[in-house]
Amino acid sequence: MTDISQSGPVLAADGTPLKRSLARALRLQKMRALLLIAPLLLFILLTFILPVADMLYRSVDNRIVQDVLPRTVQALEDWDPASNQLPEEAAFAALAADLKEAANAKTHTKVAKRLNYENPGMASVFRKSGRKIKKWDVENDGPYRERLIDLNKGWGDVELWKTIKTYSGIRTSGYFLNAVDMQLGADGAEMRPENERIYNTMLIRTMRMSLIITFSCILLGYPVAWLLANLPASKANLLLILVLLPFWTSLLVRTSAWKILLQQQGVINDTLVWIGLVDDANRLVLINNELGTIIAMTHILLPFMILPMYSVMQTINPTYMRAAKSMGATDWTAFWRVYFPQSVPGIGAGSILVFILAVGYYITPALVGGTKGTFISNLIAYHISTSGNWGLGAALGAILLAVVLLLYWVYDKIVGIDNVKLG
Amino acid sequence: MSALPPYASTGQRAWYYSFRVICGLIFFFLIAPIVVIIPLSFNAQDFFTFTPEMLRLDPEGFSLKHYRNFFGDESWQTSMWNSLKIAPMATIVSVTFGTLAAIGLSQPHVPFRRAIMAILISPMIVPLIISAAGMYFFYSRIGLQGTYMGVVLAHAALGIPFVIITVTATLVGFDRSLTRAAANMGADPVTTFFRIQMPLIMPGVISGGLFAFITSFDEVVVVLFVGSAGQRTLPWQMFTGLREQISPTILAVATILVAISIMLLATVEMLRRRSERLRGMSPS
Amino acid sequence: MKLSKLSALAVTTALCAPSAFAEEMANELTLVSWGGAYENSQHKAYVEPYLAANPDVKITWSQSAAEAVAKIRAMNEAGNVTWDLVDVVASDSMRLCDEGLAEELDHDGILAAAPDGTSATDDFGDLIVSDCFVPQIVYSTTFGYRTDLIDQPDTVCAIFDTEKYPGKRSLQKRPIDNMEWALYCDGVAKDDIYDVLGTDEGVAQALAKLDTIKDDVVWWTAGAETPQLLADGEVVMGSTFNGRLFSAIAEQGQPIGMLWDMQSFDLDGWIIPAGLPADRRARVLDFLKFATDTQRLADQAKYISYGPARASSAPLVGKHADLGIDMAPHMPTDPANASNVHVYDYEWWADNRDDLDAKFQAWLAK
Repeated sequence: MTDISQSGPVLAADGTPLKRSLARALRLQKMRALLLIAPLLLFILLTFILPVADMLYRSVDNRIVQDVLPRTVQALEDWDPASNQLPEEAAFAALAADLKEAANAKTHTKVAKRLNYENPGMASVFRKSGRKIKKWDVENDGPYRERLIDLNKGWGDVELWKTIKTYSGIRTSGYFLNAVDMQLGADGAEMRPENERIYNTMLIRTMRMSLIITFSCILLGYPVAWLLANLPASKANLLLILVLLPFWTSLLVRTSAWKILLQQQGVINDTLVWIGLVDDANRLVLINNELGTIIAMTHILLPFMILPMYSVMQTINPTYMRAAKSMGATDWTAFWRVYFPQSVPGIGAGSILVFILAVGYYITPALVGGTKGTFISNLIAYHISTSGNWGLGAALGAILLAVVLLLYWVYDKIVGIDNVKLG
Repeated sequence: MSALPPYASTGQRAWYYSFRVICGLIFFFLIAPIVVIIPLSFNAQDFFTFTPEMLRLDPEGFSLKHYRNFFGDESWQTSMWNSLKIAPMATIVSVTFGTLAAIGLSQPHVPFRRAIMAILISPMIVPLIISAAGMYFFYSRIGLQGTYMGVVLAHAALGIPFVIITVTATLVGFDRSLTRAAANMGADPVTTFFRIQMPLIMPGVISGGLFAFITSFDEVVVVLFVGSAGQRTLPWQMFTGLREQISPTILAVATILVAISIMLLATVEMLRRRSERLRGMSPS
Repeated sequence: MKLSKLSALAVTTALCAPSAFAEEMANELTLVSWGGAYENSQHKAYVEPYLAANPDVKITWSQSAAEAVAKIRAMNEAGNVTWDLVDVVASDSMRLCDEGLAEELDHDGILAAAPDGTSATDDFGDLIVSDCFVPQIVYSTTFGYRTDLIDQPDTVCAIFDTEKYPGKRSLQKRPIDNMEWALYCDGVAKDDIYDVLGTDEGVAQALAKLDTIKDDVVWWTAGAETPQLLADGEVVMGSTFNGRLFSAIAEQGQPIGMLWDMQSFDLDGWIIPAGLPADRRARVLDFLKFATDTQRLADQAKYISYGPARASSAPLVGKHADLGIDMAPHMPTDPANASNVHVYDYEWWADNRDDLDAKFQAWLAK
């Protein structure tokens, strides 16, 4: 008996080997954990992840051209756009048949809208032809080349056919290229004409302004966090409320407050005029520009900087500073060489958090930013809800999301998402 | 910093006081915009500036008319009720799912913990405009766009990261020997959960719930896309008001919202202290 | 005479037929409009009397008209249309109709004839710019200015003259109208504007002219913004819809004047989104017929200074509901106001909108 127990596996109370029993317990524990998480995971996947993924797919989706012009796409397969010759009669015949069917189903305007993003002017060719082509007899009314060009001289333009051919795949890189101010030309991707470039400028502006905002938050947040961390707990808690109150106050309340304060006839200008610092005729322009967005957003995001800084600074042992000073360091050296390096993780955590939140902002720039102080989010909203170019909106969204996810990854590496504290 | 030593030099003294002044100014920057709204909302005029009567503290200069306007106007009232119908529902959904998942996540051996955490936190990370546009298209397709249910689900998803974060934070300090002790003394897992675990994580659950509530109560981007006229919430009404006509009624609404925030903040603060006290009592 | 009365009667009974089956009509109606004073005029003139006659109906307003095209497109794609009747400008109605997103209507079949028996088609005349469109009002986009802050301007080109008229001006954040005004004030003859704008040089010329005042412009997106900005003294002049200016001047007594020069004429009206379920459609048609009859359109002019779209409504336009002033001289259609107008070319913009939007947005962001 003793021999067996020494050479064989250790047994648990119920007689199964202990190792297996432990493994089973571990498996059970894992299962139980997963079962607890599963409902929420499913919920988030369905209500959130799937919608976002679905929208991002729009940035490459190009099925519309094949769906509406199947015959034309097929007929153009053998055509060589580099020849700079109009395609054969068969392609024109296929187009006439497609267009007539599409015009009756009213889908020709959809494909027209899609192709117009790549070659402005095509929408009008499609729309005008669609109106008249309904009456054609597509079986016998040839030859179509002359008739179509006669109907609208746009069909005689090789560029138009090239655009159809280039964008006939079911997926496209067109929206992404557009989102970085490029387009698909005859020799591959090329920059758009100067007067249509906008998205790179906007992306850079979003980054630049978010950096400025992050930096202002560090500048204003650091002294406050330091003060909070070095005051007796009772006083610090009282002052902390002053930080938490804006944090808990509605974003719209804070934005409207800034709108009232910053207007030319607003509280700040009125006060300055009343004191006599500013002439009534030359009131400061503080709103509807970059400055307005920066001021309002710094205020709104400042608590997100102070709180992580404060929680890091709380852990810094004050004896280090005293030790440095006792060894002859001046106040400044002691701070800069001893205290500051220890507070850097707090700055890092706060900065990434503020930057992530800032690049995605929409409401505040829309209300106080005018045209110079708006962000890439405002353009995404414009394309989704006003211009109707959803593919481009999705492509811009995908780029913005990539930037944010990259920052999130960095944040998780440095700080760990578990260490985020709220209030 | 807490006190100036008696041997401090003049320079140190100057810096000590100027540093306090700088901090004072920063606190002023944080609080002033919120405080300025309050007296202006009692303005008897339809202006956003302090009238001479107000500066003289003349009762003539003050009035409750903007508040009367808020409580008397149908569209403001409808939007307030919509907010009050949507936010609690969204909170219940996110707290229920969120607490369960947070308990699951704090078990010692969770496979793919990092990835799962990233997915659950994602509604807080993804820029709102992207979430809003995605939900808009997807919810349209499944018939949820423009419905009460749709807005509740969307807001619940946005509130979940806050619940997860606050509840896992309370669980980090949770002493497992307590549950083991309970099990030892013959309590079944359900009893253990409700009698031991629940009271201890309750502060986290409530403050997570408050965060989820304020997220929904304050949310405007997603509701603009996912909602339709029937779900017009208070922030939505304020947003349209701010774009079109900044009537002082908005200031009255803002003041009411600030009062609500102060109440919520006080509750969270109380809970935090209670939680610290409770955890301080637990043997570790 | 007798015959036309008889036929009018026949038409009326035919039209009343659906209302006989009231149980088949949905009782909820979502109307989409522009908010502010305009929506208020619609509410007073159409909705309140309609609700008085149909107390079980619940009507909800939505202020999403500015995004109507994109939203209807999304709803249509999803097959879930939540709107019943949408107020849009003429060009949007043409886009929606072209894309099959709005229902094509038989105007004489569904709309009331004029009291004298003139058919709806004749009564609305040329204003039915698309098969899906039921016109309501004629409006114009024009300029208001602060009478106490600047001298009275007499031409639209005052917006480009920052020396004589210093201060900020507000313009709509879109190329339409602004490009035309820029070219007109840069010396292009009125009849050549669209020919010039059709070329790359023309676009560059218009943007270069706008560049001269770019730093002085506050861009607006909602119609109520300019009156608000004028009232607050944030701008000294700005473009907006003439009805909004009328409200600010006559109803609120603001120190604002109205400039009638090169104002751009436009139409506004209803469309029915395609694909409504039968019961909702029946309710919409019932409401639409009521809301666009001669008397209702004339009533609307009591609340806002837009011209009714029916010829038969014009003689019925009376005095302002509260102020008791004559409304006719405040209409964009009044001859005294229409000495130099800009007729906005729908067709041209339908073809070139996307392209110019992109260039305009790029210019704005610079």
